[in-house]
Amino acid sequence: MDKKELNVKTMAQAAAEGHSPEYLYWVGCMGSYDDRAKKITRSFVRLLNEAGVDFAVLGTEESCSGDPAKRAGNEFLFQMQAMANIEVMNGYGVKKIITTCPHCYNTFKNEYPGLGGNYEVIHHSELLQQLMDEGRLKLKNNPFAGKTVTYHDPCYLGRGNDQYEAPRQVLASARIEVREMPHHRENAVCCGAGGAQMFKEAEPQHEEIFTYRTREALELKPDVIATACAFCNTMITDGVKHYNKEQEVKILDLAEILVEGLEDKK
Amino acid sequence: MQYLDNLLFVILLAAGIGYFARNVRKTIRNIKLGRPYPVNDRKGERWRNMLLKALGQKKMFKRPVPALLHLAVYLGFIIINIEVIEIIIDGLFGTHRVLRFMGGFYNFLIGAFEILAILVIVAVTVFWIRRNVLKLLRFNMPEMEGWPKRDANLILYFEFVLMSAFLTMNAADLKLQMMQYGHYASHSGIVGSFPISRFLLGILPDNPEALVAIERSMWWFHIAGILVFLNYLYFSKHFHILLAFPNTYFAKLPPLAKWDNLESVKREVELMMDPNADPYAAPAGDEPEPERFGAKDIFDLKWINILNAYTCTECGRCTDVCPANNTGKKLSPRKIMMDVRDRTEEVGKNIDANGGTFKDDGKSLLDYISYEEIWACTTCNACVEECPVENNPMDVIVQLRQYLVMEESAAPAELNMMFTNVENNGAPWQYSQADRLNWVNE
Ligand code: SF4
Ligand code: SF4
Repeated sequence: MDKKELNVKTMAQAAAEGHSPEYLYWVGCMGSYDDRAKKITRSFVRLLNEAGVDFAVLGTEESCSGDPAKRAGNEFLFQMQAMANIEVMNGYGVKKIITTCPHCYNTFKNEYPGLGGNYEVIHHSELLQQLMDEGRLKLKNNPFAGKTVTYHDPCYLGRGNDQYEAPRQVLASARIEVREMPHHRENAVCCGAGGAQMFKEAEPQHEEIFTYRTREALELKPDVIATACAFCNTMITDGVKHYNKEQEVKILDLAEILVEGLEDKK
Repeated sequence: MQYLDNLLFVILLAAGIGYFARNVRKTIRNIKLGRPYPVNDRKGERWRNMLLKALGQKKMFKRPVPALLHLAVYLGFIIINIEVIEIIIDGLFGTHRVLRFMGGFYNFLIGAFEILAILVIVAVTVFWIRRNVLKLLRFNMPEMEGWPKRDANLILYFEFVLMSAFLTMNAADLKLQMMQYGHYASHSGIVGSFPISRFLLGILPDNPEALVAIERSMWWFHIAGILVFLNYLYFSKHFHILLAFPNTYFAKLPPLAKWDNLESVKREVELMMDPNADPYAAPAGDEPEPERFGAKDIFDLKWINILNAYTCTECGRCTDVCPANNTGKKLSPRKIMMDVRDRTEEVGKNIDANGGTFKDDGKSLLDYISYEEIWACTTCNACVEECPVENNPMDVIVQLRQYLVMEESAAPAELNMMFTNVENNGAPWQYSQADRLNWVNE
């Protein structure tokens, strides 16, 4: 799908055209800069285009949501980021935000309101579920038929915000059956990169958290480990590499899984 | 002379309850050393939480075997204590089984108590085996060495002995009733039913005086034991029997990933972002002393964190699911809770020794909890989700981080770099904001 033309407008462009899009898609730092995560972003936008969703991005006006600063204890930096972001978003009259990142999702949804940013915040798994339910996204084939697919709950979506259902519904409506790991839903094990751990070395340990979590997934001998967070995706990819299983196991975001179903049968 | 018993009993009762009340007051004072933590929202949910999680022990049932055993001990202990009402009345007025007027229901109660008592004995035996023979990992981690481990075993012995005394007392009583001896005799036949203790009849002596002595001493032992137990709570993880109720009521409600925005920071940030604010304006006279950002000591924590610490059962379920701990890191959320309690106790003793005010001892919570532990947390909320009494160890870690970062600039170097990047580039890495949209054409 990679070279498919994407139809993306910025909020500034939309404003210049006198249009205020229904959604702001907040891409997030991973989704904007990380090579692997950028693929997820592209897949998700492709789905938005396919379903005719009216959205725009902030582009170069987007900044960090402040989440990593807050989790690392830098409340100052967090609040400065948040207030600056709120100013930009309120300037465009943003009402609804979609995020592909559970961390941005959480902070917009739960922490921004106290600082003057009141939006309806939607994780991409929730929007995708809705688009599938409404029939706005129609899959042409199921490349995962007969494959073993498991799903890893991101902490900030699952335990943090009690959203266990939407990602599973998305997979179910793509006719994919999820094989659950022993630890799933509220018992899911963290991938290891929450709480700003992404940006530092681990403390003395006998194992990385990502290998610990990935081992549980690999025990199911999956073909696909589905994720709904770019951080989880990176960590589990590292874990799969650690066990030299990258030939057998794909780590795919929900958006990427759906995009594969858009293609005509090969 | 015949009132000596009753008098002794009154003194014992008053002393036991009085000392307990004193320690409860002390605990409340210690909890209030924390910062304000307003909770007057979502009352329905809170009551529900308390009913389900404290009374109903809902979260225990994630692990059904210990849950059932625990339920047996809990119910046994609570329900058998109904019998204490009768013991107290008998003790005060020198009566014998005063509640017998309830007739058949009384017999049912006593029988049920006996069955519960034997269940408690079985359960505490299994618990003891799990701790000491099977050596379950979570009961044998470094933070459990010494007192915590002794505390856990002591309470098991305690329950075992109390229940045995209860059954022995009943057996002696039954035998005396059967002999129609003294005021144990009753024209309406045997009072109470004794499905368990009747098996003990054989091992008891046949001499009525000896039986009375056994019955009396077990009776005294039982009531004294309960008073000792009550007073032991304050020193033990068994405080959770009582504190689980307020703790589950005041616990954080979902969404768990929602963290408070620090008001103290908000004031300053608003001032900085407000173009009309005069940064040099003298603070208005009634401004409170600026708060410390984050927590260095228990005074900086919210009071709920301290209540959590007193409620902690040291069960280690949090540590059992902690990804940091499971991968061999030093962080153990249970230890965080235990450290908060230990430091609070230290501060409390300091206050007692200094006539009601705290005298700086040059120590803080950071003498208990190391940087290594503080920075290992992924803030995954697994510990919070798992805790049967709804504790939030993560919240303490977060506040310690806030102190280290905002007051001491003592974050790990890589995190400081991340902060700089967020500040300068609007991203945690060194990418240019101008490149934010590159993905569209890649
Ligand atoms: S939130 Fe922190 S302390 Fe709690 S389980 Fe997760 S990593 Fe461990
Ligand atoms: S914090 Fe909760 S789960 Fe952890 S040891 Fe204490 S009571 Fe158990």
